[in-house]
Amino acid sequence: MRVGLFIPCYVDQFYPQIGVATLELLEKLGCEVHFPLNQTCCGQPMANSGFEHLTGGCNSLFIDNFEGFDYIVCPSGSCTLHIKEHLHEEKREEKASTIRKRVYELTEFLTDVLKVENLEANFPHRVGLHQSCHGQRGLKLAQMSELNAPFFSKPEQLLKQVKQLDLVSLSRKDECCGFGGTFCVTEEAISVRMGQDRVKDHEDKNVEFITGGDMSCLMHLEGILRRQQSPVKVIHIAEILNSQIK
Amino acid sequence: MESKVLEHSKASEVFNKDKERVGWHDETLWFVRSKRDKAAHNIPDWELLRSTASSIKHNVLSNMHDYLVEFEKNALANGVHVHWAADAEEHNKIVHGIIAKHGVTRMVKSKSMLTEECHLNDYLSKNGVEVIDTDLGERIVQLRDEPPSHIVLPAIHLKKEDVGETFHIHLGTEKGNKDPQYLTEAARHHLRETFLTRKIALTGVNFAVAQTGEFVVCTNEGNADMGAHLADVHIACMGFEKLIPRREHLGVFLRLLARSATGQPITTYSSHFKKPREGQEMHIVIVDNGRSTQLAREDFRNSLKCIRCGACMNTCPVYRRSGGHSYHNAVAGPIGSILAPNLDMRKNADLPFASTLCGSCSNVCPVKIDIHDQLYKWRQVIVKEGYATTSKKLGMGAMTFTLSNPAIYQTGGKVGRWFMRNVPFVVNNGLNPWFKNREMPEPPKESFREWYLNNKKS
Repeated sequence: MRVGLFIPCYVDQFYPQIGVATLELLEKLGCEVHFPLNQTCCGQPMANSGFEHLTGGCNSLFIDNFEGFDYIVCPSGSCTLHIKEHLHEEKREEKASTIRKRVYELTEFLTDVLKVENLEANFPHRVGLHQSCHGQRGLKLAQMSELNAPFFSKPEQLLKQVKQLDLVSLSRKDECCGFGGTFCVTEEAISVRMGQDRVKDHEDKNVEFITGGDMSCLMHLEGILRRQQSPVKVIHIAEILNSQIK
Repeated sequence: MESKVLEHSKASEVFNKDKERVGWHDETLWFVRSKRDKAAHNIPDWELLRSTASSIKHNVLSNMHDYLVEFEKNALANGVHVHWAADAEEHNKIVHGIIAKHGVTRMVKSKSMLTEECHLNDYLSKNGVEVIDTDLGERIVQLRDEPPSHIVLPAIHLKKEDVGETFHIHLGTEKGNKDPQYLTEAARHHLRETFLTRKIALTGVNFAVAQTGEFVVCTNEGNADMGAHLADVHIACMGFEKLIPRREHLGVFLRLLARSATGQPITTYSSHFKKPREGQEMHIVIVDNGRSTQLAREDFRNSLKCIRCGACMNTCPVYRRSGGHSYHNAVAGPIGSILAPNLDMRKNADLPFASTLCGSCSNVCPVKIDIHDQLYKWRQVIVKEGYATTSKKLGMGAMTFTLSNPAIYQTGGKVGRWFMRNVPFVVNNGLNPWFKNREMPEPPKESFREWYLNNKKS
């Protein structure tokens, strides 16, 4: 199984350890993983700001880098959703369409494609899960609290396989953290307040770590935690799932 | 007044200065959202009910002309006067015309977001007609000379202390008394006198049934009924999207409306008005005011399915922390942000950006409007129509250039991280809105790509 590793631009630049964890985890689970070297960004920052018409360059690059893989896996629900919903190229629409179908967020790839039931991971800590909106409501990685429908959660399904991990339950289990892409600077006051409220929910449950599938949300929460000099840390779910699996 | 309108982000910044109040506002609305969840989760067929309601409204939007004609025919046969208003101005003139014909200068009005949208109170007061809003929340904001901050809970931004002070000033209640029972009693006495002496009552419309020409008004206070039953003239104003095809469809919508709005199984009063009683005059004013334009916008027409329950506001994490007034539009929150650009794109260009696109609004919507997808689509329209600021255009241009060129992206990233590590004040300063209340990420020496080249690629 040839897997193309799609690493979001901000993870590439600021959180390389998440790329490493994702790569190692997938290799341990038997995938042949390739990282196409000329990838940059999915184009979401422009598109969500109203400039989707400028994302042609990013789309072409994405197709150049990722055509031909059996699967494309990304440790971010938000970037995956953007590709799934918006990757198009007039001249190569068929290729774009194939990629849209083959791109997976990491946790759904593990639960739905690799059907992982036993992880050899160990993480002896008290952890809160931040369920990022695009992964949850966009990719349907977990049931949404608004709906009258049966519970499921792909990230929780995986975290429950991690030994010694103590997963807390939050008072608002799927409230947005306020990152929202460029929203985090254009609507700074609300963004920060939303982040502070999310952090407090986790702190009230005495977590040591806040984890999640999207480092963008976690980067925002980390910025708030560090400004408040809180001992709580953020950690991407790939790092937990890869812990001591070596 | 319109020249002083603050953009959503600026108004939110002002609202967020009082941290404790923001927390209170958020918790209050979250409480309503939680009540809605309980009510919705108690109905096994809830999701089916939502799809059914959405389909019925779909049918209405696709056959608007026929249903409007059918409704008018049946309403006329019931002895009701039917008026058509192309825009807010015509609506206001029609209403004033009816009032003037009767030589009346004072009237009562129960809650109608349409008349807020048309700024009817202002228009009538300029023409010498005094309007008393009879919904308690509406009356509170009217006394304070404020617009409602929420379509269902007009005074939700106010604490009981605020109401006590307002009533003390305007209704002469005891200073400092904030007891809800006492204040409600005071409002009741004040309004009872008004109900008895007004000859004209105006109400909104929740549902208008094409098949029968009747309309239904839902309230918890019974104020619409009190007004309409005591007055000689009843004027009901509705946007044309309030239509439903048949009476049996009410069963679907009435089950959804109050549960979505407040978590109640049904509103205390669901009052059906079909024909004027002996000696009474009944008017229906059907308003377009941009709705035809919205109906023609394929991406946005579903917004006209809205039944004004306010669930999207209660669930919206941005609305809960910015307050209804920050949306500078009669209808606030997520639904307001997809309706408002149709009315005035320049003035409301900020609203579709006042969202993280979290999608919770679309999930609570009882008629399944794809609200967050429409917010995304409005952003594209607004930028294409030229309403983005120059700095944003330049920023996006630079970002596009970098991200479309791998070599520039790689070098740019490396240089950027070097600067952040070695001269952090280039980003850690007051000009960077991120840094105001958040630390910047700590830049690593090596990007993932560099690590991969050093460790994996042989």
